[in-house]
Amino acid sequence: MQQTNRLEPFFENLVFDRDDNTMVVNFGPQHPSAHGQLRLILELDGEQVVKAVPDIGYLHRGMEKMAENMIYNEFLPTTDRMDYIAATSNNYAFAFAVERLLGIENEVPRRAKVIRTILLELNRIISHLFWLATHALDVGAMSVFLYCFREREYAMDLMEDYCGARLTHSAVRIGGVPLDLPEGWLEKLSVFLNNLPAQIELYEGLLDENRIWRMRLENVGVIPPEMAKSWGCSGIMLRGSGIEWDIRKEEPYELYDELDFDIPVSDRCDSYGRYKLYMEEMRQSIKIIRQLIPMYKETDPQLMAHVPQYISASKEDIMTQNYSLMQHFVLVTQGMRPPVGEVYVPTESPKGELGFYIRSEGEPYPYRLKIRAPSFWHTGILQDLLPGHYLADVVTIIGSTNIVFGEIDR
Amino acid sequence: MMRPYVPKDNVQKRSYYTDRFWVAPKIEEEDVSKDEVFAKDVEALKSRFEIEKAFLQRGQLIVYIDPSLNLEVLRFFKEELQYDMLMELSAVDYLSRSGEFEVFYQLLSLSKRKRARIKCLIKEDQAIESVNPVFRSADWSEREMFDMFGIKVNNHPYFKRILMPEDWVGYPLRKSYPLHGDEAAQWYEIDKIFGKEYREVVGPEIRDAAWVDPKDTENFARYGHEVPKGAPYDSEPMEIESFNEDAPLVETFDLKKSKIVDRDR
Repeated sequence: MQQTNRLEPFFENLVFDRDDNTMVVNFGPQHPSAHGQLRLILELDGEQVVKAVPDIGYLHRGMEKMAENMIYNEFLPTTDRMDYIAATSNNYAFAFAVERLLGIENEVPRRAKVIRTILLELNRIISHLFWLATHALDVGAMSVFLYCFREREYAMDLMEDYCGARLTHSAVRIGGVPLDLPEGWLEKLSVFLNNLPAQIELYEGLLDENRIWRMRLENVGVIPPEMAKSWGCSGIMLRGSGIEWDIRKEEPYELYDELDFDIPVSDRCDSYGRYKLYMEEMRQSIKIIRQLIPMYKETDPQLMAHVPQYISASKEDIMTQNYSLMQHFVLVTQGMRPPVGEVYVPTESPKGELGFYIRSEGEPYPYRLKIRAPSFWHTGILQDLLPGHYLADVVTIIGSTNIVFGEIDR
Repeated sequence: MMRPYVPKDNVQKRSYYTDRFWVAPKIEEEDVSKDEVFAKDVEALKSRFEIEKAFLQRGQLIVYIDPSLNLEVLRFFKEELQYDMLMELSAVDYLSRSGEFEVFYQLLSLSKRKRARIKCLIKEDQAIESVNPVFRSADWSEREMFDMFGIKVNNHPYFKRILMPEDWVGYPLRKSYPLHGDEAAQWYEIDKIFGKEYREVVGPEIRDAAWVDPKDTENFARYGHEVPKGAPYDSEPMEIESFNEDAPLVETFDLKKSKIVDRDR
């Protein structure tokens, strides 16, 4: 590192005094296309990357430590802050893991399951729209950014109508959902779903055959299937490398085993293939939600599982029945005590496999909670993926990995 | 007055009340033979390696092995048993109980659609072999494990802290590490920028913007024990006449004056 003094000018980002002809560039953590707080230390030979070292931890808040000091219900709002683009998928992954730990996953009422699945898919659409917007902006397509954000805003309005928040939803509880859908919400959702396919066609019309888009995405960031498996890639990073694996299909949770949808897979292994997958997944999400809307009407109005040992009774019971009130008091002040044991529960979040490993010692606080966030490994793969690419492609590759720093650093 | 005893090796939050006769239920450990695929895998594994324990819990296989075998067992799982992905790798801190860490490797088989967890127990100062040659995803996970628990990993290509700064003192996810950070964490910026000797010069009130000095009557007032500004903190409290303690905080609810907006609810 260059020593600072008044006689020699100090360049914060560049190091020139190396023996060979390579230059070290500090990319981030405040670079606009670093998608948050990614710092990449790049060694460049001309414009070609020779070595890349991702540096993370700028957003580390110690969520796993916080979890060990919170009761289970208390931790749920913290999960919003992981993948803040699609918060409900984190809430759900955590709630589902605790439900499996308690052994009550089959007790969740059907209406709650329908609402959860709708919200999960709506969040997938929001996340994919956001991905396309920022990725296109990174590559240089400003108008796509504006179009995507407009649609995303409509979807966020729907989320806001349901739970009152735009980003930090906390829309799922352990054992169900806190609220029923408001009146007229499903009609608004249908309107949104009817408009979206035309919008997706618009994005594809702008990008698919766009010369600049293709030149910058095709054959950039090629991840061979072996590398994808070895690095623990999941979600679209895995399916973009020609491996057909979607947890919604392979280990179905919620209502995914009753729903008819396809898993798009691409053999191209490059950024363009992954872009096509994102577009197709949005269409599949629309298809899923359309099947769920009629299902909602056939369900009973119960929203939370009836497991008095672990989950508070309904508000009506708490207000009228003494024992429910006492149990509610215990569950709020002391917290539920799951059985001794451990679970690892994977779910398919928009970014990939989001898993929660929970070790319980029979106390109200989890003994250990490990969050398996997909973006962590999708950032790690950059150190093998970037060498050989040009500096301009680095931005494309970071964009196409769809990383979110809230869940990398946790 | 005696300070309450707090065990130093586990300073995490504890339940303030537990029933004397309460026994925590256990998630049952099912026999491996209940699942055909896992039974075959364990059979194959037993023929090659000595395993300590193997059972099923909530549909996933859990195998305890000797820590010295971790690389060979994982290679066997990948190449012979087709568990081709390492999804997660971390540790659990049992130092306060048995002086050991439990390291776990969460594996996924795409072709069999099965998940297995391989575990080994290591002592506090015992190092473990890196599984990076078999699974590249272990590269970052092992760094994170070292960063959070201080578990050393042998033959790792780039063994450094990953989330915390390189000069951080202590390992945050250990049970002995307090939630709000230890002394080194509280003074981290001061130590780094000015040096340790500046701790006294800077003082806790500058370091922590929310710090309130109870003896400082110049800048802070104590509720219920107001003394004149600048007076010694233990001097006689002032009488404040303007404060009326009898004023009701909540007005009495009058049903006649109120209006019910939504009669259906």
